[in-house]
Amino acid sequence: MRQHRLALCGEHFTEWFISRTQRAIERYGMFGPEDRVLVAVSGGKDSLALWDVLLRLGYDVEGLYINLAIADQQYSEESKARVEQFASERSGADFQIVDVKKTYGKSVLELARERRGREVCSLCGLVKRHIMNRVACERGFAALATGHNLDDEAAVLFQNVLRWQTGYLARQAPVLPSTHPRLARKAKPFFRFYERETAAYALLQGTDYIYEECPHSKGATTILYKELLNRLETRSRGAKQQFYLSFLKTRREEGLFSGPREKLDLGECENCGQPTTAPALCAFCRLWGMS
Amino acid sequence: MIKLVYRGKEWELKAGMTARAAIKKVGLDPESVLVVRDGQLVTDDTILKDGDEVRLIAVISGGAQNCFHFEGCPGR
Repeated sequence: MRQHRLALCGEHFTEWFISRTQRAIERYGMFGPEDRVLVAVSGGKDSLALWDVLLRLGYDVEGLYINLAIADQQYSEESKARVEQFASERSGADFQIVDVKKTYGKSVLELARERRGREVCSLCGLVKRHIMNRVACERGFAALATGHNLDDEAAVLFQNVLRWQTGYLARQAPVLPSTHPRLARKAKPFFRFYERETAAYALLQGTDYIYEECPHSKGATTILYKELLNRLETRSRGAKQQFYLSFLKTRREEGLFSGPREKLDLGECENCGQPTTAPALCAFCRLWGMS
Repeated sequence: MIKLVYRGKEWELKAGMTARAAIKKVGLDPESVLVVRDGQLVTDDTILKDGDEVRLIAVISGGAQNCFHFEGCPGR
């Protein structure tokens, strides 16, 4: 770990990784030992590593797998199999599956074909956000935890800076409080880990995660930004960490992006009741043509 | 010689260099991969010896999952 000037054996890396996660949860007040936490799991390295760490730390967690029927279901079946295998190997690793096509009548890809001009990734993100929030709120979870790592956060920050999207810059954070009765608290306990570290943790635990990327993510801008940031990191050790963590610190200390333009005015969707900035239907309900 | 395997591609290089140097030599970014030798994860500064075969594992993920970052509300 060049950014920390630290090299650890497998055993000590595992200890370091788990204790650093616990420190992040406590320091940022993400959730407590009595809280029920919903963990979004995709079958990938980050989410399975997070599920593993939270179980080891003794948190009351439950997984949520969303079947998006990706690549004619083949990719989704493979990723679901990783989640099922992970759960079968650990005590207390319960999880729920939401099947998008069975629940709403269409897969994300079918939706994308109907809505030409909208990227699959964008639709997929919208569908996942809605379902994760709905399940977390309906079932009374204190928080929704996701496996986002520092590379994810730095890539999004890079994108938001390129576009100077001040509203997003105001809200990007390791923990997002619930600001509406139907908006789940969100936490990213891995936000200080590089992607290499979460992958290393998963490999060291022998976790069988899905190595292949989602077939729709080829050419995604987030991947391009990650590659650019990695090139920077290779030249300048700690650059990604500096970029993201200094952003959080500077925003907090100097009160950046705290003006009225950055405030969200949340109403409720007339159909599903979930919070939205739109005047009538939320983007999810508009997507499915609900009224 | 050492052999590097990555996503169906193979390279043969001279032994005696670090894993990090080998990754750079084949045009990959050391920050984007992990190195596995004989089924064991090894650090970047590991010297690769004659006969070693290492598998490089890509660590970058992206696309849909990151759309969750556009937070604030679940359905803008």
